[in-house]
Amino acid sequence: MGDTIEKVSIIISKGSLEGIYPGLIMANGARAEGIEANLFFTFFGLDAIHTKRLEHIKVAAVGNPGMHMATLVGVLPGMSAIATHMMEKKMESFDIPGIPEFMELIGDTGCGMYACKASVDLFGFTQDDFIEQVQGIITVGEFFGIAGGGEIIFT
Amino acid sequence: MTVDTIAGTTVDVNEEGFLTDPSQWNEDMAVELARREGIDPLTERHWEVIRFMRAAYEAKGTGPTVRMLGKTSGVPVKELYQLFPKGPAKLAAKIAGIPKPRGCI
Repeated sequence: MGDTIEKVSIIISKGSLEGIYPGLIMANGARAEGIEANLFFTFFGLDAIHTKRLEHIKVAAVGNPGMHMATLVGVLPGMSAIATHMMEKKMESFDIPGIPEFMELIGDTGCGMYACKASVDLFGFTQDDFIEQVQGIITVGEFFGIAGGGEIIFT
Repeated sequence: MTVDTIAGTTVDVNEEGFLTDPSQWNEDMAVELARREGIDPLTERHWEVIRFMRAAYEAKGTGPTVRMLGKTSGVPVKELYQLFPKGPAKLAAKIAGIPKPRGCI
């Protein structure tokens, strides 16, 4: 075995289902390997920790070539909800938890969770808008301090 | 394939130190394997998880992931990480003498 990773900090910057899951899976997977992990939510990624929004995270039906669907179809009302529903059913069959349960699980693993101060100010949020697992609203500088000595992944 | 002498018995292990033949395992080995991972002593709560891992392996041919352990073993995820800080499913599997569970969640 070569070098090992001891610590990782993952930035989640997007608010779509496909933008949020990879970072969550990597953070949870890191903890399962005994790797220290932190999650830093910025911009629309804040939706993943927003108490009123995390249950309504949707797949992007427009501007998403991975959907293999004509853009004109994607703009139809309810299309994003349908795509999300299909994706969620598929994920459930593979035993992938929904975002609310996943956030709770990741919190229980001891992964750090932080919100980006600039984005929080921009959107007019406060700590009260976030799930209890969020340990604080921090600046970029503080993030680098917390991430010190480890790898940083931007998603 | 490498061999390792654990608690006085020579067993086959893989490159990560997991027993390749779970039938070679005994409880004395668990104590030494845990000590090597910095877990000393093994409490009754640790044993609950270790026995659960072995039972799950015998039933399904694979050990559960952390999420499944939290849901089915009776030991919640938070406590699992207190018992096995360096990865509950991975370490409990190693100590229990079964292969490392494979799964991303």
